[in-house]
Amino acid sequence: MAETDADTWTVAGRTFRSRLIVGTGKYRDFAQNAAALEASGAEIITVAVRRVNVSDPNAPMLTDFIDPNKVTYLPNTAGCFTADEAIRTLRLAREAGGWDLVKLEVLGEARTLYPDMRETLKATEVLVAEGFKPMVYCVDDPIAAKQLEDAGAVAIMPLGAPIGSGLGIQNRVTIRLIVEGAGVPVLVDAGVGTASDAAVAMELGCDGVLMNTAIAEAKEPVRMARAMKLAVEAGRDAYLAGRMATRKYADPSSPLAGLI
Amino acid sequence: MSLALTINGEPRRSLAVTIAALVAELGLKPEKVAVERNGVIVPRSTLAQAALADGDVLEIVHFVGGG
Repeated sequence: MAETDADTWTVAGRTFRSRLIVGTGKYRDFAQNAAALEASGAEIITVAVRRVNVSDPNAPMLTDFIDPNKVTYLPNTAGCFTADEAIRTLRLAREAGGWDLVKLEVLGEARTLYPDMRETLKATEVLVAEGFKPMVYCVDDPIAAKQLEDAGAVAIMPLGAPIGSGLGIQNRVTIRLIVEGAGVPVLVDAGVGTASDAAVAMELGCDGVLMNTAIAEAKEPVRMARAMKLAVEAGRDAYLAGRMATRKYADPSSPLAGLI
Repeated sequence: MSLALTINGEPRRSLAVTIAALVAELGLKPEKVAVERNGVIVPRSTLAQAALADGDVLEIVHFVGGG
């Protein structure tokens, strides 16, 4: 299976083996987070940018547990509801970490955490002009995805269901249409609840899957992280293998000739 | 004469002359944070030269867990 071993994907000129990107929120503690990351095999993690707790400067920090030199930190703009907020956040992130590969999300409302595509597109244009490489959380709209790509998004990341909902991939048709039309990597970002959901995303031809809550809120996050690793690999292999056609009725697997 | 500053939304007085000195006074590691003053990012390489002024509004951020 040498061809599987060599199966990599590339975003903004950077090549990765793992097609799973994991978040770092909602874990019990940093140690559990680091253990889950290890089990997931992920090479990229999303991180948020927040104010330092000035009253407790010695509180443990994420970077003490997950080495930014070994894992690619992907700063996000979670919690930003305007292009200006998101751009400000990523400028700070670049200064704090020195990374230009970022995850842009501009939210439209708190109830659904659906992206505001007008603000998202605006932010994408500004960030690209400033030299950022934005991977962009977006709606499952093939036209919007194309507009983002034209604006310079280095990856398109449509939701499979609302953030944190765990509802699974609700939009297989539109995800597939986005995959077919995209010239940059497509990753399902949000909606995965369990391993089979990740496999579905990969079977649709996505280049990867990004998830946080499905692992962090599992009863055993480290075990679920491993399950997600395997599911992403299985889904990818199934996509590459090319699934059988479906039939309306049964078709025997054993030969009919030579029956006694 | 201490300066009246606003740091991460909280009023605070400091005797620090530069942003680098302020970061050290707060017990933070400069290589792990980013600083914005009055809405403008202060490049890390210039923190030691960035003189503080009375009334400065500073945001000091770092990376935390997130999805």
